[in-house]
Amino acid sequence: MSDRQARLPERDRPWMMRTYAGHSTAKASNELYRRNLEKGQTGLSVAFDLPTQTGYDPDDELARGEVGKVGVPVSHRGDMEALMDGIPLGEMNTSMTINATAAWLLALYIVAAESQGVSQEQLQGTTQNDILKEFLARGTYAFPPAPSMRLVADMIAYAVEHVPKWNPINICSYHLQEAGATPVQEIAYAMSNAMAVLDAVRARLGDGAQERMERVFGRISFFVNAGVRFVEEHAKLRAMSILWEEIGRERYGVQDARHLRFRYGVQVNSLGLTEAQPENNVQRIVLEALAVTLGRDARARAIQLPAWNEALGLPRPWDQQWSLRMQQVLAYETDLLEYPDIFEGSKVMDALVDELLEGARAEMAVVAEHGGAVQAVPYMKAALVDSHRERIRRIEEGQQVVVGQNRFTETEDSPLTADAEGGILVVDPALEAEQVEAVRRWRSERDQSAVDEALAALAAAAGDGGADVNLMVPTIAAARAGATTGEWSRTLREVFGSYRAPTGVGEAAALGGGADGELGELREAVARLQEQLGRRPKILVGKPGLDGHSNGAEQIAVRARDAGMDVVYEGIRLTPAQIAASALQEGVHVIGLSILSGSHRELIPAVIAALREAGVQAPVVVGGIIPEQDVAALRAAGVAAVYTPKDFDITRIVRDVVSLVGADAAQGNGNGSPAGGDAGAGASNGAASGARARGASANAGA
Amino acid sequence: MSAAQDGAALGARLRARELEAAPAALNLLESAAPADREQAALLLAEVSPAALGGEAPGHVIGVTGPPGAGKSTLLSALLHAWRARGQTVAVLAVDPSSRSSGGSLLGDRARIEFDPSDGGVLIRSTAAGERLGGVARSTREEAVALSAAFDVVVIETVGVGQAETDVAEVADTVAVVVQPGGGDVLQFLKAGIMEIPDVVVVTKADLGPLALRARREVSAALRSLGSSATRVLAVSSLHPTSGIEELVATLDEHRDGLDVAARRLRARRAAALSEFAVEHGERGLRALHGRRAAERLLAEQDPALGVGELVATLERRAL
Repeated sequence: MSDRQARLPERDRPWMMRTYAGHSTAKASNELYRRNLEKGQTGLSVAFDLPTQTGYDPDDELARGEVGKVGVPVSHRGDMEALMDGIPLGEMNTSMTINATAAWLLALYIVAAESQGVSQEQLQGTTQNDILKEFLARGTYAFPPAPSMRLVADMIAYAVEHVPKWNPINICSYHLQEAGATPVQEIAYAMSNAMAVLDAVRARLGDGAQERMERVFGRISFFVNAGVRFVEEHAKLRAMSILWEEIGRERYGVQDARHLRFRYGVQVNSLGLTEAQPENNVQRIVLEALAVTLGRDARARAIQLPAWNEALGLPRPWDQQWSLRMQQVLAYETDLLEYPDIFEGSKVMDALVDELLEGARAEMAVVAEHGGAVQAVPYMKAALVDSHRERIRRIEEGQQVVVGQNRFTETEDSPLTADAEGGILVVDPALEAEQVEAVRRWRSERDQSAVDEALAALAAAAGDGGADVNLMVPTIAAARAGATTGEWSRTLREVFGSYRAPTGVGEAAALGGGADGELGELREAVARLQEQLGRRPKILVGKPGLDGHSNGAEQIAVRARDAGMDVVYEGIRLTPAQIAASALQEGVHVIGLSILSGSHRELIPAVIAALREAGVQAPVVVGGIIPEQDVAALRAAGVAAVYTPKDFDITRIVRDVVSLVGADAAQGNGNGSPAGGDAGAGASNGAASGARARGASANAGA
Repeated sequence: MSAAQDGAALGARLRARELEAAPAALNLLESAAPADREQAALLLAEVSPAALGGEAPGHVIGVTGPPGAGKSTLLSALLHAWRARGQTVAVLAVDPSSRSSGGSLLGDRARIEFDPSDGGVLIRSTAAGERLGGVARSTREEAVALSAAFDVVVIETVGVGQAETDVAEVADTVAVVVQPGGGDVLQFLKAGIMEIPDVVVVTKADLGPLALRARREVSAALRSLGSSATRVLAVSSLHPTSGIEELVATLDEHRDGLDVAARRLRARRAAALSEFAVEHGERGLRALHGRRAAERLLAEQDPALGVGELVATLERRAL
C-alpha cells in the first residue's frame, strides 16, 4: 500500500446546481424558479431579456420584439419583487447574468430583499458584470469603456464593504470561447480582463488600497466555458488556477491562500451544439460537464448546463430539467466525488497544463504591450474573429468532425422535435404589449418628484463633479424611488455618451491569394457577377434588434469579403430605419440579416417594410436561430432565403447569395433600378456554428 | 443586364439640389459597364461648371489620417455641428480593398453616428479599388457630383503620405487627423513625404497634456517647413466635445479665403493627367511628349471642362 489516499475520508459536497432561466414576465419566471428549486436545483440563475440587459424599458423603440424573449424583463423594483416572490433571499444564492446594467439590477435586488426584511449583508450570489467581454464577444454593453469600468469598479468597491458575501463580478471566459477563442486565448484574455478590472478597482480605492485589495482579489470569481475536447478543457482550468494564484501573489501582493483560490462557475459550451440531430447534444453536454468536474483541484463551484435544443430555439422547462438531471446523476449516482484529485502526478496532464500556460503567458504579454485589456479590445476582437473563422474552416473541410453535421449525417426522424412547435418554447408575442402597458402604468402611479430627484443625483454623481461618489449609492436610491431600467440607463448615457464597439471584421486577415477549390470558384462567380452588374457586388450585413451575438454575422461578412464582394457591416443593435437608410445610401445589391434572439418574427417584417418604403427592392436573406415552423412566415414576408445553424458551410451560403443577386439583376433589378433604389439584400448570420443565441449564457458564481 | 440609368436626368436632379437622387447617381458613377459609363458622362456634364454656370456650391473636404486617429468619431461630431447649422452633408468613406480577393469590408459607417431619418445626411462607403493607394476615379466623380447638391462633401481616406496627396486632387480643403503620440504623421511631414495640409486636427484633446504636446510638435514641424498657413487645432470628439465649433469655423475660413475656381481647375487638370497615366501608362505620356507637355496642353483647355472631357482631349492628342 502506498501512503497515498485513494479515497477521501468523506464524500465531497456537490457543486451548486443551477439552470439559466427566465422568460416572458417576472411572475411567470418566478413560478419557473420555484418549480426548479423543488426539483433539487440549489441556486438560481436569472436570465434577463435583452432590453433589461442593455438598459431599455419595454416601451422603447429598440426593445421591439425583444421583450421577454431570451429572459425575463425587469424594469423596476416591483418586477424584482415579483420575480423573487416567496423565495427567501437571505438563504438563496442567486446568479444574475447582467453586465452593462449590473449595478442597477444589484440595486433592485438589494431593494427587493429589503422588502422581505433581509439586509444587504446577508445576500449571496453573483452579478456577471464583466463589461470587457461585452465589447469583445457578447455585445450587451451600454456605455463607453472608461465610464463602464468606473461602474464596475464602484460596484466591486461597494460590495466588498456592504454586501460582503456577494461576488460582484464574474470574469467571463465563457463568451470568448463562444466567439471562437482557442484555449490559450480563453485563458490569456480572461486573465488580462481580470487584471484590468483589478487595476481599475485599485485606482478607485486610492489610499490604503493594498489592505482592501486582498479582499477584493478574493471576491473575484470566473465564469468559464468547457468544450467537448474535455481533457484539454480540464487542463485549461488547471492552468487558469495556477496563473490566477501567480497574478494574485506577484501583481497584487495577496498573501492569504483562501483569497488566492481560483473560483469559477461554468456554463458548458453552446457553440458546439448542433441543430442537426440535436439529441447528440446530450452526449456533448455530459462530456463537457466532466471537463469541469473530473479533477478535484480544478472543479467548478457552480454549474449550469445548456439544454439539448438550444440551437433550435428557447428550451422548455422539461428540456432544462433534463440538463439538471445530468448534473444530479453525475454528483449523486457516480463515484466522482469520492476521490482526491485524480490527475495528481499525471505526466500527461502536467505537460498539457504547461503547454497551455506557456501559450497563455505569451499572449498575455501581447495584450500587455497594447497597454492592457481595455486598450487591447480591438486587437483581441480581431484575434477572436480570426480564430472563429479558422474553426469554421476546419468544420467545413471536415478536419474537425461534428457528428451528425459534417459526418454520420444519415438519420431517422426525431420524435423529440415532432410536436407542433418543434420541441421548443414559444413566447407569446402578446406579452410584449402587456409589458409595455405595465411599465407605463408603473410610471404613472409612482411619486414622480422622488424619481426626478434621485435621477438628478445619479447624473451629478456620474459627472466630473461626482468622481468621489460611489455610483452604487445614488443607484440604490433611484431603485428605491421607483425609477425604471430605461431611466437609469438613459441618465447615465446622457452623461457618459453612447458607444459602438469595434466589430473586429475590418482587421480580420484576408484569406491568402492562392484561393483554391471552392473559394476560388466563388471568386470566379463574384467576378462574373461584377461584369453583369457593372460594379462590384455589394452586400449589407446587419443585426436588427438588441441581440449582440455577432459572431455569425461577422463570419459571413469576412467570407463575403474574401469572396471578392464589397461588404457593408454595421455591427449590432440596428433599428429597421437604420438598416433601410444604409441599404439605400450604400446602394447594396443584397441585404443579410442575422437574429439569434428569437425576435425574427417581429423584426424581419419590420425591416422589410422599412426597406421597401425607402425604395430599396434588393433581396433580403436571413440567418439565425430560426425554428423550422417560422421559415414559411418569413418567406411570405418577402425573405428570399433563410439559413439556420444546420447551414454550417459559409462558403455555400455566400455562393447562394451571389446566385440570388445574379438572378435578381437578370430580372432588371440590380444596378439600375429606376427608383434610385438599386440595393441589395444580404447574407446571413453565421448560423454556421449552431451557436445558441440566448442573450447570455449565464453566470454562476462560486 | 441592368438597364442603364438616365444619367442626364439624375444630373439635372442633383443640380436642382434634390438629395434623393444621390444614391442612384452614386450607383451609376461606380459602374464600369460601358452603357453606364456613357450615362455617367451625361450625368457629370449636367453638374460641370459649364452647366452650373460656375463651380459647384458644396464645400469638398478631405479628411485623412492613420487608422485609429479618431476620424470617424470626429466626423460624427462634425456631422452633428453641420446639421445643427442646417447644412446638408455627404460623406464618402473610402476603405482599402483586399489585395487577394478585391473585396472589402466597409466598416466605417458603423462608427459614424447619425440619425437615419435625417434626409440631409448621406454616408456612402466605397472601396479604394484596384488602383494602388488613394482615391479611385469613381470617388472623385462622386465628390464632384455630390458637391452640386450637398452643402458639405467629405471624402474620408485612411493613411498618411499618398492618401492626402490624392485627396488634395479633389478637395477644396484637406484636413489631416492626428492622435496624440501619432509619430508617423510628424515624421512624414518632416521628411516631406506628406504634402502640407490645410488643417491639422489633433484628436483626443481630453488626454490633456499629451494632446497639447502633440499640437505643439505639429506646429513646430510646420513652422520649420516654413508653412504658416496651416491651422492646427486640438479637438475632443467624445462627449463632452470641445473644439468642434472652432474646427467648423476654421474649415469655413479656409474655404472663404480660397480661390475655389482656381483650385478646382488645378485639381481637374491634375486628375485628368493622373487618370490618363493610370489608363495609358508611361507609353501614353511619351506619346504626349512627357508630363510637362501634357500639363501645358491641359492648361490651354477651356476652364469649364470636366475631367472626362480633359482626359478625352489628352487621348485624342496622344493618338
